[in-house]
Amino acid sequence: MAAYKPVVVPACPKLGEKITQDTLYWRGYKTPVQIKEFGAINKIDFSPVPPYNYAVTASSRIHIYGRYSQEPIKTFSRFRDAAYCATYRDDGRLLAAGSEDSNIQLFDISGKAPLRQFNGHTKPVHVVGFLSDKYRIFSGGDDYSSILWDIPSATEVTSYREHTDYVRCGCASKVNADVFITGSYDHTVKLFDARTKGSVMTIEHGYPVESVLLFPSGGLLVSAGGRYVKVWDVLKGGQLLVSLKNHHKTVTCLCLNSSGQRLLSGSLDRHVKIYSTTSYKVVHSFNYATSILSLALSPEDETIVVGMTNGVLNVKHRKPEERDEKSQKKRQPAYRTYVKGRTYMPKQEDFCVSKPVKRVLRKYDKLLKSFQSSKALDAVLEPPIMLHTPEVTVAVMQELHQRGTLRSALAGRDEKQVNLLLTFVARRVIEPRFTPMLVTVADMITDIYQPVVGQSAIVDKQFLKLQEAIGKEIDYQEELLEVLGMMDTLFATFTKKRDAHLEENKSNGLTTETNRN
Amino acid sequence: MVSAGALRVVRCGGGALTGARAVFSADSFLLCAAGDFVKVYSVGTEETLRLMGGHADLVTGIQLNPQNHMQLYSSSLDGSIKLWDFMDGIPIKTFTVGSKLLALYTLASVEDSVFVVIPEKGARDTFQLVSVKLPKGAGQDLEAKELSVVLDGVGASLKHIAFGREGEYVVSVKEVNLQVYFFKRKLLNRFSLHSVKNKGGDNRFSCVACHPTEDCIATGHADGKIRLWRNFHNRKEYTYSTLHWHHDIVMDLAFSMEGTRLLSGGVESVLVQWHNESSCQQDFLPRLGSPIEYISMSSDGALCCTLHTDNRITIINSNLRFSKSIQGLIKSRDVKTGLVVDPRTKALVMNGEPGHLQFYCLQSDQQLFSLDIVQRQYIHEAGLKQSDLVKVAFSAQGTWLATVEEREEVTDPELELKLWFYEEETQSFKLNTRINTPHDNRITDMCFRDMDELEDDSLILVTAGRDCVFKVWAMVEDTDPEAQQSVSWSCDFVGSYHNYQATNCCFSEDGSLLAVSFEETVTLWDSVTWDLKCTFCHPPGNIRNICFGRLTCSKYLIGATDYGFLCCWNLLTCALEWSAHLNVVVLQPDPLSEHIAAVSWHSKESSLFVFKPNEPRPIYIQRNLCKEKILLAAFVPRDEPETTGPEKYLWLRRSQLFFLTDTQELMTFSTKPLEERLTPSSKQLAVEESLPMTPFSLLLGKHRHQQSQEDIDLGKLVVHNKHDQASPAVKELLHTPAHVLPSASFLCPIFINSLLISKENKSAEEVADEVEMESEKTEDDSDEERGVTEMEQEDTSHVELLGEISCKLSKSQEKELRKIRRVDYSWISAF
Repeated sequence: MAAYKPVVVPACPKLGEKITQDTLYWRGYKTPVQIKEFGAINKIDFSPVPPYNYAVTASSRIHIYGRYSQEPIKTFSRFRDAAYCATYRDDGRLLAAGSEDSNIQLFDISGKAPLRQFNGHTKPVHVVGFLSDKYRIFSGGDDYSSILWDIPSATEVTSYREHTDYVRCGCASKVNADVFITGSYDHTVKLFDARTKGSVMTIEHGYPVESVLLFPSGGLLVSAGGRYVKVWDVLKGGQLLVSLKNHHKTVTCLCLNSSGQRLLSGSLDRHVKIYSTTSYKVVHSFNYATSILSLALSPEDETIVVGMTNGVLNVKHRKPEERDEKSQKKRQPAYRTYVKGRTYMPKQEDFCVSKPVKRVLRKYDKLLKSFQSSKALDAVLEPPIMLHTPEVTVAVMQELHQRGTLRSALAGRDEKQVNLLLTFVARRVIEPRFTPMLVTVADMITDIYQPVVGQSAIVDKQFLKLQEAIGKEIDYQEELLEVLGMMDTLFATFTKKRDAHLEENKSNGLTTETNRN
Repeated sequence: MVSAGALRVVRCGGGALTGARAVFSADSFLLCAAGDFVKVYSVGTEETLRLMGGHADLVTGIQLNPQNHMQLYSSSLDGSIKLWDFMDGIPIKTFTVGSKLLALYTLASVEDSVFVVIPEKGARDTFQLVSVKLPKGAGQDLEAKELSVVLDGVGASLKHIAFGREGEYVVSVKEVNLQVYFFKRKLLNRFSLHSVKNKGGDNRFSCVACHPTEDCIATGHADGKIRLWRNFHNRKEYTYSTLHWHHDIVMDLAFSMEGTRLLSGGVESVLVQWHNESSCQQDFLPRLGSPIEYISMSSDGALCCTLHTDNRITIINSNLRFSKSIQGLIKSRDVKTGLVVDPRTKALVMNGEPGHLQFYCLQSDQQLFSLDIVQRQYIHEAGLKQSDLVKVAFSAQGTWLATVEEREEVTDPELELKLWFYEEETQSFKLNTRINTPHDNRITDMCFRDMDELEDDSLILVTAGRDCVFKVWAMVEDTDPEAQQSVSWSCDFVGSYHNYQATNCCFSEDGSLLAVSFEETVTLWDSVTWDLKCTFCHPPGNIRNICFGRLTCSKYLIGATDYGFLCCWNLLTCALEWSAHLNVVVLQPDPLSEHIAAVSWHSKESSLFVFKPNEPRPIYIQRNLCKEKILLAAFVPRDEPETTGPEKYLWLRRSQLFFLTDTQELMTFSTKPLEERLTPSSKQLAVEESLPMTPFSLLLGKHRHQQSQEDIDLGKLVVHNKHDQASPAVKELLHTPAHVLPSASFLCPIFINSLLISKENKSAEEVADEVEMESEKTEDDSDEERGVTEMEQEDTSHVELLGEISCKLSKSQEKELRKIRRVDYSWISAF
């Protein structure tokens, strides 16, 4: 003997963006804080030590911001012209920056005046960085040269003149104190070893290189330039691993998250894309107001800071983990009492008395079980169900229709109920998943209540609304058909394979409208 | 008689259980008419205990012999009444009446005759109730010639006649007339109701039952009313009261043994229990699965059973609780799904209960399980259009199941395609993907690309629809780790050909080619790029069936058309290889060989042709297969290929051909002669009977009467069994019902000992010594069971005496025997 089978409420696939673990993670940021700087922000760098202040280079100043401060906590403004690429040393105590006037200045975080000044470049210096031994810095300038400096003596150690265009980006290896890379507008990325006089590796990126990045392991190199982000295997002699083309304008900045599992790229197309470093697929993307020039992620991904061309600094803080401890404390003992004895295993001499599991049926199911069609329909026309879960209402209507009792369930209702019913139908009939059923329902209602049309202003109004909704939908469908026709002609020139896809679209996208009032 | 080795068409899948009311025997057996057989079920275990065959046509009535409750009368359409000993499954007597018997009744008060319904001589569609005097001859086959007509113009059905309290009167209903005949007074009273159908009422009688202790008749009517008639001795002043709950025809009625309760059942498949006719108080047992055909009560009133139209027996407790159900092959009116073989269980799969898929095991004639596909409450109401299953396909390994359900609507059919995945943990199919409206019109065919060796991602499903397209469905892996399932199905490709309706689809054996027939044309598609490769056409006539050849014939494509042509195309040359004029209804390739079976329907007879695609000459032809039209066929792989058998039937070696006729009979071929087919079961019975050595029978039966006899018997048996290499102890152990066995710890040493190789070179003296020691021990052990011990002593002395004679008895075996006996006594003393 079978038990009563409850009405199956069809689950509809959720349209639109799929919610993945990543989306949830990257969505967990508060609304951004916007800070206006004086000019385009060309570099943001986080201090590697707590409290994770960050240096923002814009125009001729370097501002140091605290984690939650909206005002700079410190400013370095001893630049005659624009400053570039203010970078922290590993211990977070020194800051180096290049500038338009071809100098490189080294600051102590607590001081104001520069500790050292490195002169040697003949053109603006756009990139500076510390080597991981902390005593040397490298720089790249518009004079096509990359120079290695000694900090204590403020003298040039080696000068490399291998690039044939501006050097605009660079990065030092974290595992080897002698290795650094620079990227240039001559489409190449060069790997230098401080122990040799020349570059040890040259990688052809294919576009002017805007940003380079080395993975913490030092084995992988990421370069960005043009619309491409390319990942290279350094240990294999600079073999191309993947080429990512997800932006539609030049990619300007790259950044890794703290775990090294995700790669972020910012572009002039106003997007920040987040890639998984295992699959190199875009897992999430952020939208910004204007073109992005610089991007930084604080340790533990607490803060995302994005600098834009219009001088706006966009700071997003991570939401604190939601933990409602109070409610949990309240629930725990109750839950324990509830499951008390659940895990008890009967012993050999115990008599087991099985208690039949009580099946809880919804109200409409109970009514349907006892064949009370009209009441079952009433039960699903109650506002909470009707408003929040219209699919339940429609499923019950469908069930009644299958039982052949829908007409009698719809009939014999007073003004208020008819009004309710018509409101529901008029609102939902255009939803494709409900259309087939609700068209039938609308047909039946018009059939049943035709004799009383004109007796109630409210009901008449609802009928008009229904008509309007359906009319609109028909117009909409006609327009869609036109668009499809146009697309047809366009796709007709394509390959056969495309042709088949189109047919599929056609068969899925159309719903027939037969009901006119 | 067909000569040995010739192919015979045999029915399988059991007969309809709904031939007659089931009968409860006095000792918890349930007897049921099943086609030409009478089946004996155990009420306790639902097992089929015996199958009693002998009738040549449908069994129409079974009744216990009122004089001997171990005997059963059965009547059949072949015109004979048989008396059975159903405990042993032996026919005792056969009485030949000579005309069709449509129902059988027995009365306790009438000793030597039974009542049967036979068609009236010389008249069509009129029947009479006659009493048949059963002659008391010595032979097995007797002729019963003494017929006396009791009532004329009775209904043909078993349900239309009932015998009243202590056999005083008999009631018969037909149309709107009720007749009551009083045997003693020889009085016939006729009553009739209005025949007009007013307000949806329909007064025609459908069934009748009599109160066991009072003068009261209950009648069921076509409109769902039940009338209780009283005072019908009087032609004028009779009264009746009406009970009404059923909304459709009342199929059967039954009174409880005391007459306090009345059970009724109908199309609603709800068993209704009426307590008190005046208060209209009812109890219900709803959702029994399918319409109730017969209701019967056991003689002690503890159980009741309902027979359903779908070959199900439901056993119900007296307090109206569902107890057990026995399910045979469900014969639904329309097998839309076709016959499909489940690759995993080798079970035959087809429509079962409405909205369910039944997995039917051919070997055990039992339903393995029933899979709920539609998952909606089925409303038992005539004329209601509800979703039903129309197409089923299994993937090659049986891991995926695709089903299509359809609900006929006025405008468009509502379609749903469901894909099920077989879960190893739960051992059942789990719904994976549900696709609403996969096609805009009916789906005509569906197939998986079944490639055994390739991995899962090659699995694709093709559906062909009347909306002029075929669609390819492929598995998509969900990259999201959060998702509940890792794969789901979605549409991969839609193909069409000149806006013709797609009618059939089929994959080649290696899965590289897909053949889709569009009305008159067969198109071939590359299954990788989905390019149209070539087309075949053999006008006139639409393509009805297509299939690819297999193994060595895989370069051929076979198609059958409406206008009676069977064509074979060569795929390499893209040309017609041969064609034959044959009105093919069913085209079925054998999955394990090159053979293809085609069943044709010509001038009202079905013929079978078996051929290989590479030669137009058939290998085997069987004309006039059966009178009914064959609708479906399926090759079921055999568990192990038959090695023997004539060369002619080579095609039947690896798989067996089953087919389903339009009367829902499942048939197959058998090369074995009739006797051989029937013997296994009876042989088994015989073996079981010659094994009386359950501990219980050892104890009670032979021990008491003749000790020595038994010993000799046993000795013989032991000796005999030495050759068989199976010791009696093992047999005993295996053939004793579990509930009478002593605990396993007692039996273990015996069992182990019995498996040891005995030493035969011990002298008889030694044996005797040992035996004495043993007996002494037993004396000590069982002081309180004096009588028993005495017997034991006697027993041992016999052994001593017979020492020389039964010296072949090995020592260990003797020990064993004694031990068994000892064990038995201790066990019985516990009571």
